[in-house]
Formats: sequence, C-alpha cells, structure tokens
Amino acid sequence: MEHIEKNIKPYEPSFTTMVPTNVVRFFRTCLIWQFIRFIIINIKMLQVVRKSHH
Amino acid sequence: MARVVVLGAGVSGHTAATFLRDWLGSEHEVVVVTPNSKWNWIPSNIWVGCGEMEKEDVVFELAPVYEKAGIDYRQAKAVSIHPEGGENEEKPYVTIEYTGQGKEGQSETVTYDYLINATGPKLNFGATEGLGPDNGYTVSVCTADHAVHANEELQKCIAKMKAGERQKIVIGTGHGMCTCQGAAFEYVFNVEFELNKAGVRDMADITWISNESFLGDFGIGGLHLKRGGYAASSRLFAESLYAEKGIPWVIGAHVNKVEPGKIHYEQLDGSTGELEFDFSMLIPPFAGVGLKAYAKDGSDMTDKLFAPNGFLKVDADYTAKPYEEWKASDWPRTYQNPDYPNIFAVGIAFAPPHLISKPMKSPNGTPINPTPPRTGMPSGIIGKTVAMSIRDMITKGADKPTHHASMAEMGAACVASAGKDPIHGMAAALTVYPVVPDFDKYPGIGRDLDYTFGEIGLAGHWIKHILHHMFIYKAKLKPGWTLIPE
Ligand SMILES: Cc1cc2nc3c(=O)[nH]c(=O)nc-3n(C[C@H](O)[C@H](O)[C@H](O)COP(=O)(O)OP(=O)(O)OC[C@H]3O[C@@H](n4cnc5c(N)ncnc54)[C@H](O)[C@@H]3O)c2cc1C
Repeated sequence: MEHIEKNIKPYEPSFTTMVPTNVVRFFRTCLIWQFIRFIIINIKMLQVVRKSHH
Repeated sequence: MARVVVLGAGVSGHTAATFLRDWLGSEHEVVVVTPNSKWNWIPSNIWVGCGEMEKEDVVFELAPVYEKAGIDYRQAKAVSIHPEGGENEEKPYVTIEYTGQGKEGQSETVTYDYLINATGPKLNFGATEGLGPDNGYTVSVCTADHAVHANEELQKCIAKMKAGERQKIVIGTGHGMCTCQGAAFEYVFNVEFELNKAGVRDMADITWISNESFLGDFGIGGLHLKRGGYAASSRLFAESLYAEKGIPWVIGAHVNKVEPGKIHYEQLDGSTGELEFDFSMLIPPFAGVGLKAYAKDGSDMTDKLFAPNGFLKVDADYTAKPYEEWKASDWPRTYQNPDYPNIFAVGIAFAPPHLISKPMKSPNGTPINPTPPRTGMPSGIIGKTVAMSIRDMITKGADKPTHHASMAEMGAACVASAGKDPIHGMAAALTVYPVVPDFDKYPGIGRDLDYTFGEIGLAGHWIKHILHHMFIYKAKLKPGWTLIPE
C-alpha cells in the first residue's frame, strides 16, 4: 500500500476519493485476467458500435 | 456526372471521401482538398510525445492512396466557399490555395455539386498569451510534429532529473474553453509512466490543470459507471487515478497567460493562481479553421454559413436557451446546412448547438467550461453517414439526407492510454452511450448504464495498440478496409 501512504494526505483533495488496493492493482496487469477482460471489453465496445450505426 | 468536394482529410473527411469513392461509379468525381501531404493517426501522437513511437509510425503519404482509389487529390487549403457561384461561375465553388504538388501559393477554384466540410479544428494557441510551441513556452501533442518536439523537451527534462535536478511538470488544458481533456489525460499518465520507467519519478512534481468543474467531466458532463453495486460518477474514477499516481490537480481553471516557467490562471471561484513549470503540455482551445463564405454578388456572408466560433452551421437547434431546457433533439442528425442543402459539415467542423457540460462562469464573468469534444468514433460515423446520404442523393435522386447520426443517439468507445508497454502498460477503456446525455430518456444520469462502462487495465492497452494498427490499415484502404467499423 506504499502508493496510498505516499500520495494521500489528510484533508487534501486526494483524501476524499477511493484509491485502489494492491489486489485491484495486481489484477490490472494479471495476464490471464486481462485476457478475459480483453474479450469482454471488445464485445461491449462492439455492442456500442453496433448501436451507434443507424 | 456529380462532383463531391471534401475539405480536409482527417478522420471524418477521409472516411467520407473513401466511402463515397467506393460507392459512386466512375462517372462521378470525388475531390479531396487538404493541406497536409500525410495522413495522421492523431491518437497515437501521445506515444510520439513521450518517445514510444516515431513520427513515421503515425503518418503515411496520402497521394499514393488517393491515386489508387481514384480520388482527385489537391494538396491545398480551402480559403472560401461560394455556395451561389460567382460573377463568372454559375455553379457553387470553393477557392483553394495550394500547399504542395509543386504549386505552392497558387490559387484555384473548384466547383462542386456537393460539399463536405471536414476541416477539423484550428489549434487556437493565440487565444492564450504564451501558449504553444511556436510563439509560446508550452509544448503540444496535437500534431505529429508538435509531438516530436514535445518528446525532445521531455527527454531534456528526464536528463536533468537523472543529473539530480528536480523538475516541475504541468499538463492539462490551456484555456477556460478548451475541449480534448482526454488527450491531456492520456499524456499526463504516459509521462508519469515514462518517468517511472526512466527511474526518475521521485524527481518530478507533476500537476494536472484543467477547465473541468470536476475531474472526469471530459467535456461531456462526466458519466456514470456501474461498479461494486453503485452507479458511480466518473469523478471518483478520475480522482482515484490521480491520487494513486501522486498527481495533484487544479480544476475549474482558465489559463490566461503563460510566461517562461510560469502559468497564470483564474478559477471558477474568481481566485487567481500561478504554477511554476520546467515542462508543460497544455491543449489549446479549438476554433473553426477560418473559412470565409461569399454570396453570388461577392458580398461576405460568412456569418450566414458559420457560427461565431468558425464552425459550420448544420441542422441543429441553435436557439440560445438555459441549460435546464437543453434537449437531446437540439443536436444535428443529418449535418446538412439549412440554407444550402448541398453543403454538409462533419467531425469537428460542424457547429454544436451548445455545450454538453453545464456552462459555468467565474464571478469575473470568465466562462470556464469544457466545450463539446467530437472524438474519433463519432467523427468517423458522422463522416460515413453523410457519405451515405450524399450517395443516395446522387444515385437515387433522394431529395433530402437519407441517413442520420445524432450524437444524442450515438455512443463512443474511447481508450485512453496510461502507459505503453505490452506487459506492464495500462489504459482506461470506456464506452459512453449516448455521447450527448438524454435526460428525457435516461432521467438522472442521462445515459444508459448498460452501455456506459469503463475499466483500467492492460487489456485496454492491447485494444489501443490494435486500434492504432487497424485504423492505419483501414485509412490506407488495404484489402477488407470497408469491413472495419468506424
Ligand atoms: C492529441 C490528441 C489525441 C486524441 N486521441 C483520441 C483518442 O484516443 N480517441 C478518439 O476517439 N479521439 C481522439 N482524439 C480526437 C480525434 O483526433 C478527433 O476526434 C478527430 O481527429 C476529428 O476528426 P476531424 O476529421 O473532424 O478532424 P481532423 O482529424 O483534425 O482533420 C481535419 C483535416 O482538415 C484539414 N484542414 C485544416 N484546414 C483546412 C483547410 N482550410 N482546407 C482543407 N483542409 C483543411 C487538416 O489538415 C486535417 O487533414 C485526439 C485528439 C488529439 C488532438
């Protein structure tokens, strides 16, 4: 949690937001999980593309 | 025979011209007038600006592509539109001034049956004293050449940090009425990533400055995403990323002056402030490119064709009304000019009816609000939609546009890079539907939560990288290009 201890100061604007924990940060670059997300995000984006062409 | 003239070969103009060429038989002409000899995939300028790509990776020569496609290409800038013809010319025409093809500085008139204005933005650095790389003290990533220069300056900064000199970096928007916050957002996180990679992150104080009234507004009034059982505002996600990366923010800010090493700004509460910098990339405000319009008798009617900001008027509801009365239906659907039905404007070149973000002013009366962005996907879709309408008007004799593409009925998929690396890289992958919120259809947040989502991760980086290659492939009209969606 070094990024939290280093970057967040009491009563600064950064204090009132949510900050990802190490687990969330790990999953952001975890190859297997990101491969699954890659497929899912592509499907979601294609749905929006399809909805946008009239 | 009909002649379609397209002004500008960026995302929207190139899309419109290439599809029209593909659909119209050889008895019809497609002419493209554009001042640059090269096509630029602008989103990847971000990676040029931090040394992860070369200029050659993001541009290609237009002439061979247009020659192969059968498009009449004039390397020139349009100067004026004459929708009623002129003294010695019955047909409507544009005047152009060559910037290449061995005819630099020469003027010419080009008649048209249909005209598509796709001239994009004028990068209006002049609106802020001291802004920009040419007559100012800040860098830019808006063109490939600007991005090359930005990287040179960034590398000098990194060298100083390696030599033990602390550096102040300021990235964001350079005026109270800027758009394109997304590009600055991408650049700040790519710079942060590069500094980490170079092992000098601890030597840099990075600050974000923008005209958004809340982080994550992006000129579209923010958006909401489903996460952990909540519909959460984009403000939380944006603030979270800045906090995580140790980047403090100044928001609701109108940069009114830049001096060497110092940025002056005014904020929504009327207060003023200064930020010192060693390296700064601030996006300039956008305006129309300054085309003039003349009536048949030669009198100036620029005001009739163009809005005061220089963008071309189309089928939008331009009646001035308060924010509370704005409707999704105010936004244009066909992009046809109301006075001259054979003139259309696509991409950034059309005049939006009003802001998307809520208008705000400081107590001194300075407007400080993002203006509406028209990102790549809407620009491409609008370009293709107008091409479809013109095709039907030419080949089927349709008397009005046959296709529509309102930004209030259209989504956008955006991938904002936050570091270029195939294993450690990241990007925010976002979709928003519709781009212009429709509070009648989706009360409260104005958007469909099922089609508006976003997440940060390596997958987004892979998508951004694939899009880079896919769109350059498509723009080069390689086999199967028509199958790649806008
Ligand atoms: C740094 C940066 C990063 C971006 N990243 C993204 C992103 O990741 N995703 C996304 O969706 N969007 C992104 N955008 C926005 C995207 O680039 C625009 O939405 C898109 O380029 C708009 O297309 P356009 O055709 O309207 O304008 P442009 O693409 O700017 O094209 C305008 C064309 O008109 C030409 N022109 C100018 N003046 C004249 C004249 N007088 N006569 C004839 N031609 C003229 C220009 O040379 C150019 O060829 C980014 C923008 C910037 C600046």
